[in-house]
Amino acid sequence: MADEVVLLDFWPSPFGMRVRIALAEKGIKYEYREEDLKNKSPLLLQMNPVHKKIPVLIHKGKPICESLIAVQYIDEVWSDTNPLLPSHPYQRAQARFWADYVDKKIYDLGGKIWQTKGEEKEAAKKEFTEALKLLEEELGDKAYFGGDNLGFLDIAFVPFYTWFRGYEPFGILNIESECPKFIAWANRCLQKESVAKSVPDQDKIHEFIVDIRKKLGIE
Amino acid sequence: MAKDGEVQLFGVRGSPFAGRVQVALELKGVQYTYFEEDLRNKSDLLLKYNPIHKKVPVLVHNGRPLAESLVILQYIDETWGNHPIFPQHPYHRALARFWSSFIDDKCLPAITKAAFTANKEEREKGSEESLEALQFLENELKHKFFGGESIGIVDIAAGFIAFWLPAIEEAVGLKLLSSEKFPKLSKWSEEYTNHPVVKENLPQRERVVGFFKARYASIVASK
Repeated sequence: MADEVVLLDFWPSPFGMRVRIALAEKGIKYEYREEDLKNKSPLLLQMNPVHKKIPVLIHKGKPICESLIAVQYIDEVWSDTNPLLPSHPYQRAQARFWADYVDKKIYDLGGKIWQTKGEEKEAAKKEFTEALKLLEEELGDKAYFGGDNLGFLDIAFVPFYTWFRGYEPFGILNIESECPKFIAWANRCLQKESVAKSVPDQDKIHEFIVDIRKKLGIE
Repeated sequence: MAKDGEVQLFGVRGSPFAGRVQVALELKGVQYTYFEEDLRNKSDLLLKYNPIHKKVPVLVHNGRPLAESLVILQYIDETWGNHPIFPQHPYHRALARFWSSFIDDKCLPAITKAAFTANKEEREKGSEESLEALQFLENELKHKFFGGESIGIVDIAAGFIAFWLPAIEEAVGLKLLSSEKFPKLSKWSEEYTNHPVVKENLPQRERVVGFFKARYASIVASK
């Protein structure tokens, strides 16, 4: 019980997926607790009073909030297996920089694509495709952003792929032709057990998005 | 080559973000060359070193560029081990990262909204959000500094609140960081801005107030 690890999460959250993947990469056993975001548990509100959001990693009763912070924490505590961050400070800084870029660009732009219409949507699609291309450049010829193995940036980025597939029908976003390298990389990641078991079924995500669009009144 | 290697910092006098990097480098006694940028006419070097965001600060170490102040601060701490600004224990490191991000993701946008929005309702909302954010910081402060007895990464990130926020308050006629509401944070502001390394690297207050006054005037004029 002393080493108890609990994850407060919400199944479609790409941020939650990041932490799930990191835990799986390290082979850490943990208790997964599904949160109802319309009815947040007292535990969530107690553990993350500042943001009241998931994911929250709880280790030995102490909360770690914000997905990228939790992934780094996992890497530093369980440092003896599968390092997620590079060992050289410069590469580590680059990984952090790009993960921050994913947070600043991908999530917001992706959301705009499936939630807006007309000019706003077109502008978001353009910026989004540009962002993907920049990330493709960063990947280069490597199998993963982390090199031969899954690393911090792969973990930060791949969960969003499940959402892209989910909003492709709505976004009319043909990333397959624009960013083939990105698609190849994402599929390579999905072959990994840690990723495959941490991301929900594509159909479920799609259904979830259909649902939200209905609720938001977007046809 | 000097023991530190070649270190260059691209910044703007008065930028709180570039200021963070300067404090960290000075604390650790790292020799560096400073390049002042004109943001209306960015240098080719800046655009080459930070093509993604095209912003300052950029740290270049032995020809390798890095952007984003919090990323740079961690890099500096990992490269120059003296005078650590980051805790050792993973849990405390996670907290340090959390609070530094909180300053950038919550405090700064709220303060900007409170001061530099044309719409009155938005400004009031911004003030509310700012007070809420400052309260979280007030509650978090348990020692002389966020870093304990000496300044750490959260103090350096929060430098904005210690120096730039009061300048904004003066420029636009706003009062957020009062000593009645935030006694610990107010005292911390004084301690931080009087720290010898910090003090030496702060920009001239009148210039910063002037800058914010001009910014405020342009927002009001655009109504």
